[in-house]
Amino acid sequence: MPAAFLEKCQLQTLFDALRGDGYQVVGPTVSQDAIVYDEIRTVDDLPRGWTDVQEPGKYRLERREDDALFGYVVGPHSWKKYLFPPLTTVAAADRTDAGWAMSTPAAAVPRYAFVGVRACELAAIRVQDRVFLEGPYVDPIYKARREATLIVAVNCTQAAATCFCTSMNTGPRCTAGFDLALTELPAGFIVEAGSDRGTALAARLPLREAGEQDLAQADEVRERAVNDIQRRMNTDGIRDLLLGNLEHPRWNELATRCLSCTNCTMVCPTCFCTSVTEVSDLQGDHVERQRHWDSCFNLDFSYMNGGLVRNNVRSRYRQWLTHKLASWIDQFGSSGCVGCGRCITWCPVGIDLTEEVAAIRETAS
Amino acid sequence: MTYRPKLAVFKFASCDGCQLSLLDAEDRLLDVAGAVDIAYFLEATSRVVPGPYDVALVEGSITTPHDAERIREVRRQSKFLMTIGACATAGGIQALRNWADTSEYLKVVYARPEYIRTLATSTAIADHVPVDFELRGCPINHHQLVEVIAALVAGRRPRTPGHSVCLDCKRRGTVCIAVAKGTPCLGPVTQSGCGAICPAYDRGCYGCYGPVGQANVTSLADHYVNAGTSPQQLVPLLRNFNGYAPEFRKESERLAR
Amino acid sequence: MVANPWLSHTVRIAKITDEIPGVATYDLEFVDPVQNGSYRFLPGQFNMLYLPGVGESAISLSAHPDSRGRWAHTIRVAGNVTQTLARLGTGATLGLRGPFGSSWPIAKYHGWDVVFVAGGIGLPPLRPAIYHVLDHRADYGRVTLVYGARSPDTLMYPREYDRWKAAGIEVQTTVDRATPDWKGNVGTVTVVLDRLPLARPDRTVLFTCGPDVMMHFTARSALQRGLTAEQVWLSAERNMQCAVGLCGHCQLGPEFICKDGPVFRYDRLAPFFRVEGL
Repeated sequence: MPAAFLEKCQLQTLFDALRGDGYQVVGPTVSQDAIVYDEIRTVDDLPRGWTDVQEPGKYRLERREDDALFGYVVGPHSWKKYLFPPLTTVAAADRTDAGWAMSTPAAAVPRYAFVGVRACELAAIRVQDRVFLEGPYVDPIYKARREATLIVAVNCTQAAATCFCTSMNTGPRCTAGFDLALTELPAGFIVEAGSDRGTALAARLPLREAGEQDLAQADEVRERAVNDIQRRMNTDGIRDLLLGNLEHPRWNELATRCLSCTNCTMVCPTCFCTSVTEVSDLQGDHVERQRHWDSCFNLDFSYMNGGLVRNNVRSRYRQWLTHKLASWIDQFGSSGCVGCGRCITWCPVGIDLTEEVAAIRETAS
Repeated sequence: MTYRPKLAVFKFASCDGCQLSLLDAEDRLLDVAGAVDIAYFLEATSRVVPGPYDVALVEGSITTPHDAERIREVRRQSKFLMTIGACATAGGIQALRNWADTSEYLKVVYARPEYIRTLATSTAIADHVPVDFELRGCPINHHQLVEVIAALVAGRRPRTPGHSVCLDCKRRGTVCIAVAKGTPCLGPVTQSGCGAICPAYDRGCYGCYGPVGQANVTSLADHYVNAGTSPQQLVPLLRNFNGYAPEFRKESERLAR
Repeated sequence: MVANPWLSHTVRIAKITDEIPGVATYDLEFVDPVQNGSYRFLPGQFNMLYLPGVGESAISLSAHPDSRGRWAHTIRVAGNVTQTLARLGTGATLGLRGPFGSSWPIAKYHGWDVVFVAGGIGLPPLRPAIYHVLDHRADYGRVTLVYGARSPDTLMYPREYDRWKAAGIEVQTTVDRATPDWKGNVGTVTVVLDRLPLARPDRTVLFTCGPDVMMHFTARSALQRGLTAEQVWLSAERNMQCAVGLCGHCQLGPEFICKDGPVFRYDRLAPFFRVEGL
């Protein structure tokens, strides 16, 4: 399908079509002084005229001078909360006369349409696909949700000070992994289809052919995002750099600043660590095994034989950074980092991993 | 036959809120009552069975010479002693006296201070006798209390999470108010247990569940000060219900200098 | 349809054999006869044993690799799960997921000399491999088991040593603390290993399981004796929750102990094995 144009006043037809197909539309909306992902019913739920200003440890919403609907970058939420929910029941057990009866719950699978997925977020979903779907074992909960999800991506037209997707080769242009991709212009959207499903959906929208001027303007606004990106991370040989410097003094220095509070891992769109908790009544006749987001920054995460393997902040920060940027490559064939910058913005004390990598590189052994 | 531990609940200097949490367990209270033999719990029943006890729940801090003696007797009578709540685990809000002149207070409050026998400090139970398990919180979370009792009955280690409040904020989708609004919040250095209530209602965490394990309070305080919060604002934030917990106390004393 | 890795199968305790204080062997059988007929495992693999309401624990199979109908798990009382398990009797049911992980590649070393080095509770995960050697004794050259424990009464499976010796396995036990009636070796397994005659180090494979520090020094000793890191295999341990590489707990450097291990060739783990806090 060639690129087409959707008038801004017609965007609601996309939401209506998705809802008509039985999708729950989720996308960006303003809540709690941030742009978060939540259910979207109408165009009016979108963050019209808002933008985000970000720096290490700081995020502020600000008014834009225009009425852009997608004129922001990324917020504290990521799509993993839908595909890989913070709390799910993975198994259950019931006491019967014949002993324990084991089961896995057949939960209803929600059908989500994600609207407003950025290029770095498409990359993050791709990273989690490799973790949950492409190894020797498949996570059934992620698989069911992922297969039921439709993705409407939106190209970035600006960047935050914390963005570094160009260093990670994940953006800002959406190139694959979406059903539809939009580029927002003042009068409307350039619409591209990335799948048969997307093409079929586009056919039902009141599109017109995109003119050359529209396309040139779209190139220009997308280029603006590229030029906006100031942050860099040198990834040359990063796997060997980090795994070859496990005793670098920078880890000790980091331990004086890092709170080990788990925020970076929680906002990271690819972090996937979990723990399972037994939830039962006092009689213990019905038990559910609840899987919840956990973090390598938690003390008891590495508990073994009455002790802790990673019993200081230094070893826990080192585990996070070396896993994300180095050992992830061994495990899943790509970096675990997509350059979205969330861990930098949402670190309560503003630790910036790009700075840490640069510092280690500077005095690497 | 299921093990039915003989349970006693003792109160020291406290507001009774933690004992009430047990009564607050509502739908699960009857389960609890069935699972244990409540031998001494004045807040709930006048039935008193003398010790020794299998499990003692101790609420409150030590503020008088009499209580300093009484806790030793409780310890002697109890196989497993568990402290419940910030008063018992850290000295409570009344530990603010530890930074003040107690005799001054006595003169101001009491007409005849010579009748009052009190210690200069309010201290945690663990400062006086060995404690087998600490259940944090101001007040404690009754789900956690039920979990600990269930674990005791089942003979296993209780599962009370040791992560920061931040993890719970993130799980429930609360936007970080420290980052998005610049509100000083103790969440990153505070142990979870409350379910991260305050940030969801636009208030910074007060540290009700005390310092998280290996809490880096200095880094957080330095960051808030650099971002424009004055040390004079941070000291009372740290000197709250868990103000005398070592990690919070050290930092508030550093900031107050 | 891909199997759900979270689904446990109900197993029944068929038999409990007390081994040493705090350690017992549980023979488990599946309640579902079809499952019981089809279950297979490889030496060195483990199961997740599940006590509802208490939790799961990763336990290596200590059974004969050709076991049919019931499978032995030798378990030391350590945490919540094993403590609760220790209070169960025969006939009680629990959950089992598995088998998981990599295995001792014993069958690939036909014609080689074999050294097993075990410490304490590290012997049970090696036992299936020892049984394999016993059944195929003619396929191997010289076979030695070096086994260390704290004291004589904490040596596992002492009743089996005579049979193993009779089948041509040299069994060398050693203890940290001797008792007056102990006539064997005293000291660490590496003391024994250092003295062990190795006729052809280039055709000797070593399999080790025990505490990290013991395996570290065992590997070091093996390298000094002329083995290469490629000839040393060990079984590592970390916190395990999902057993299928999806929860992140058991990582050691780039490895997931649960699915890449627990059995590793030493050269693969060596750069990370003894890094403090990794």
